[in-house]
Amino acid sequence: MQLQVTNSPFSQEQVDLLNQLLPTLTENQKIWLSGYLASQATSGAAPAAAEGPAVQEAAAPQTSQAEAASKEVTILFGSQTGNGQMIAEDSSRRLKDQGYNVTVSSMDDFKTKNMKKVENLLVIVSTHGEGDPPDNAISFHEFLNGRKAPKLEDARFSVLALGDTSYEHFCQTGKDFDQRLEDLGGTRLYPRVDCDVDFDDDAEEWIQGVLSSLNELQEEPAQAAAAPAGAAASAAPATEQPAYSRTNPFRAEILDNINLNGRGSAKETRHIELSLEGSGLTFEPGDSLGMFPENDPLLVDQLIREMDWNPEETVVLNKQGDIRSLREALLSHFEITVLTKPLLEKMSKLTNNEKLSELLETEQADDLRSYLEGRDLLDLLKDYGPWQGGAADVVGNLRKIPPRLYSIASSPSANPDEVHLTVGAVRYDAHGRPRTGVCSGQCAERTDPGDTLPIYIQHNPNFKLPDNPSAPVIMVGPGTGIAPFRSFVEEREEVEADGKSWLFFGDQHFRTDFLYQTEWQQWLEEGSLSKMDVAFSRDNEEKVYVQHRILENSGEVYQWLQDGAFLYICGDEKRMAHDVHEALVTVLEQEGNMTHEAAEAYMLDLQQQKRYQRDVY
Amino acid sequence: MAEYSSLKHIQDTPLDGMEQLKKGSNFLRGTLVETMANPITASIPETDAKLMKFHGSYMQDDRDLRNERRQQKLEPAYQFMLRVRLPAGVITPEQWLTMDEVSHKYGNGTLRLTTRQTFQMHGVLKWNMKKNLQEIHAAMIDSVAACGDVNRNVMCNVNPNQSDVHGEVYEYSKQISDHLLPRTTAYHEIWLDEEKVADSKEVVEPIYGETYLPRKFKIGVAVPPSNDIDVFSQDIGYIAIVEDGELQGFNVSVGGGMGMTHGEPDTYPQLGRVIGYVPKEEVVNASEKLLTIQRDYGNRSNRKNARFKYTIDRYGVEWLKSELNERLGYELEAARSYEFESNGDEYGWIKGNDGKWHFTLFIENGRIKDEENYQLMTGLREIAKNHTGDFRMTPNQNVVISDITDDKKQQISKLIEDYGLTDGKHYSALRRNSMACVSFPTCGLAMAEAERYLPSLVDKLEVMLEEQGLRDEDIIIRMTGCPNGCARSALGEIGFIGKAPGKYNMYLGASFTGDRLSKLYRENIGEEEILSELKPMIGRFAKERYEGEHFGDFVIRADYVKATTDGTNFHD
Repeated sequence: MQLQVTNSPFSQEQVDLLNQLLPTLTENQKIWLSGYLASQATSGAAPAAAEGPAVQEAAAPQTSQAEAASKEVTILFGSQTGNGQMIAEDSSRRLKDQGYNVTVSSMDDFKTKNMKKVENLLVIVSTHGEGDPPDNAISFHEFLNGRKAPKLEDARFSVLALGDTSYEHFCQTGKDFDQRLEDLGGTRLYPRVDCDVDFDDDAEEWIQGVLSSLNELQEEPAQAAAAPAGAAASAAPATEQPAYSRTNPFRAEILDNINLNGRGSAKETRHIELSLEGSGLTFEPGDSLGMFPENDPLLVDQLIREMDWNPEETVVLNKQGDIRSLREALLSHFEITVLTKPLLEKMSKLTNNEKLSELLETEQADDLRSYLEGRDLLDLLKDYGPWQGGAADVVGNLRKIPPRLYSIASSPSANPDEVHLTVGAVRYDAHGRPRTGVCSGQCAERTDPGDTLPIYIQHNPNFKLPDNPSAPVIMVGPGTGIAPFRSFVEEREEVEADGKSWLFFGDQHFRTDFLYQTEWQQWLEEGSLSKMDVAFSRDNEEKVYVQHRILENSGEVYQWLQDGAFLYICGDEKRMAHDVHEALVTVLEQEGNMTHEAAEAYMLDLQQQKRYQRDVY
Repeated sequence: MAEYSSLKHIQDTPLDGMEQLKKGSNFLRGTLVETMANPITASIPETDAKLMKFHGSYMQDDRDLRNERRQQKLEPAYQFMLRVRLPAGVITPEQWLTMDEVSHKYGNGTLRLTTRQTFQMHGVLKWNMKKNLQEIHAAMIDSVAACGDVNRNVMCNVNPNQSDVHGEVYEYSKQISDHLLPRTTAYHEIWLDEEKVADSKEVVEPIYGETYLPRKFKIGVAVPPSNDIDVFSQDIGYIAIVEDGELQGFNVSVGGGMGMTHGEPDTYPQLGRVIGYVPKEEVVNASEKLLTIQRDYGNRSNRKNARFKYTIDRYGVEWLKSELNERLGYELEAARSYEFESNGDEYGWIKGNDGKWHFTLFIENGRIKDEENYQLMTGLREIAKNHTGDFRMTPNQNVVISDITDDKKQQISKLIEDYGLTDGKHYSALRRNSMACVSFPTCGLAMAEAERYLPSLVDKLEVMLEEQGLRDEDIIIRMTGCPNGCARSALGEIGFIGKAPGKYNMYLGASFTGDRLSKLYRENIGEEEILSELKPMIGRFAKERYEGEHFGDFVIRADYVKATTDGTNFHD
């Protein structure tokens, strides 16, 4: 936030000094400073001034004076992984600190009839697959784009779009919402911000932008006066008990790391057990774990050699000016394994090689897409040199290495102080070089028990066991999609849930790829799992997948749904989740004598009842 | 005989669980249809696994992988061994090609010749069993009663010299096999999808009854001078009596058997005793009567003490004779004279009396597979494609390409040469006379290696033999991974029975012709000790042996071990 005389209690001279100083501070310096100031405030001035209620008190009279600017803010989020919800909750906290009345809701839970009353609307939404909205945004997206959408002439809005530039339809859903809200007559409170996978800085910029725009609307300097004190008050405790989070990951010790695939398998799936002891981190079945990976040192060294760089050269990591050696920065801080169009655009300024600018011309879109596929920074540097500028210029163009999210495979009640993951190692040959997935490669090749990994918990409220332990559950999780269901069944065993449970699993070969086989066998025998069907695609001439097993059991699947079963799908989005959805629709058509439309409506209804939950990627 | 009297052997101890299982199995059906279809495990429950043996198959797992897979949260690598029923070890080229094909399609791509003249294939997954059995059925091969408490594959001397007699003896052994087959239609219903025939218990198993035999039962037919089938190791051994070139009948030997249990001296290998002679027309009938005596008197409380040999040793040979005479309704004739020369195979080309040719191929430990430098399996497949005669499995795990006509001889001979198939003549005589059971990694009973280890032990012993000029001296060496005796170690001049990984009991002093058991020489020893024990022994044998004296006789004369004169003094 840029300080101004109008939005702060400072004089022009103070504002200038502060604006000069603040951008140079690192995160740690800011936290220290806010704590310092807060302690000064509490020891010197009236203690209550720093407390929340005092802020409210101070703010109250001013709202009545400035009736034009509403203090009601509605934050709607839609996201598959929980990042959107995390940002929404963070924004909400900070808005409340400044005296706003905030309603936070997932798009699914938001009652659309309240839409016309919305005054300040913040939308945080991710994009999936081919520019599609995430599951918990589908209905709201439909509503807003339909004829029942209200006029929003009195409303102000701002959109934060989450996405990944390596996908073609980058942030499409956010762009859709932004356009539609404008079409409905809304006024843009702050311009849309599109975030790449390293969204922290951009999201922060958006929150601050939204805050200052809202504050400007209040037109009352006194209102903003409370802000720093409020921010300080909330920051101060943070220095005392550092909560581990995405921005402050916990280094978890690896307790075990085993390959679940038997000899002769084409796959490698790691079962990793991490210790959470002392972290204070908590989670529930269905939540995910974020992990910050390190790049393959071999690839980093290859890059440095290729460019004849000095590995010890100092490079700047971020806007805060943190510095590291080049090798360290490439290892732990920057993404070097994925190419995106924006990266190529920036890099084209560092080379006179015209072939790169040709590739970036609009009519070459198909060539560009196929070039980006499966190539990494080393390919780019080899293919389009000679390069101008040094390591710092190249590094300055790179995205921060994004954390990887894995569905948690253990129940905290069954394994206190532990978290288990099921990580599929990604390995393939492309363009003449063997390649490995950054995080899965690290898990498979570069981590042993005793090592630590930087992790955090990503809560996922959209993938939760039913509150009622007697409700039947149907779980569909082929491949590593099995992970959350191991956690579900462990949990249900612990709480002695008496509802029926049915698991569909599939992979390539029974002999080598039946992940957690002996555990399922035991749960089936003991009754913690009532029923299991498996599909091994490469064991027969005809490929068989989980959706075929669902269809083979259509009568029983339908009966379970009629009995109130909750449906969970985890795993590959593009093919599996789609095919499973189609199979379920077919089950409804066949067994429930429904038309295709009725069956789709039934599924939508299940989704709204939270009886159809997906954790797909 | 639709009815037979209930167990005559007084059971003062409770019946073994297996008896109840057989009784409740509805004539070997159990719940096999359901458990073979369960998709969550490649195994079947223990009860069905026991019944599965009667269908010719053992459930096994790859023991090399057992611990590794446990850590990977995977069940053991369950798989099935399938043993087919091949009376006298005779198979047509078409059938050979079928076995070759299914072994690649459903098995581990190798075939194993057994010491009872049949094929085993390993590594069949549960889901492929039905297809596998249907495909061999189409080639007129089945696996009914290849294992289990029934009469097993009937053995018969390969005897390529006397083709006329072999043909006739083969017919008798096939008749015995057919007559003693279980009659339940379970196999046909479960594996071949044939309709269940409504039946009452009385007519289902007229010979066996609903609990079958107390234990496995083995019959073999020898034609002197060859004792290749180890006639005295059989529950019933028949010795063909040929006079004036004509088959007359058979001497009857009863109560042989190789198995025992470590640490239980009540269990021991035993040789059959010759109790008389039956004319050839009576051999099937006599087989049935002897089998029913064991059915009625065999021990059904303790499976370790249930073989026919223990029944006979408990009641006496005289008792058995009178019981048999009673059931036959006439008295056995006195045994006629016979003489055995060896229990090994004759390798290479042999011309039979009828002018047809036979080639006996040496196959180390019976394993048919392709190796980089030795395309044995491919070579045999090419021969099968061109051959117009038969193949005969020998009891020493070799194969005879038999009944080759003069005009085919050149072609077969060329294929043998092209693929470098060996009659073993360039190997030491010790290796040609070596035999090991399958053992690790598939056999669930294995305690120590056998098939995978014996060849390398023989390598080292060959060096010693060559130093002493004994490379061409026939010495029988046998190794089993456990005391159950599949490779008949107790009839090896040098025998090894596995105790633990790398550790064996070493036995010496069996006769070259298979009519004397060996005796324990050293217990629980490893390779180093095996070699240091045998080296001086071989040295003395070379210097001190009498003309024509066999190693098994020498070690007794030189007092390394005492002769075993009867199974009951095997442990003395």
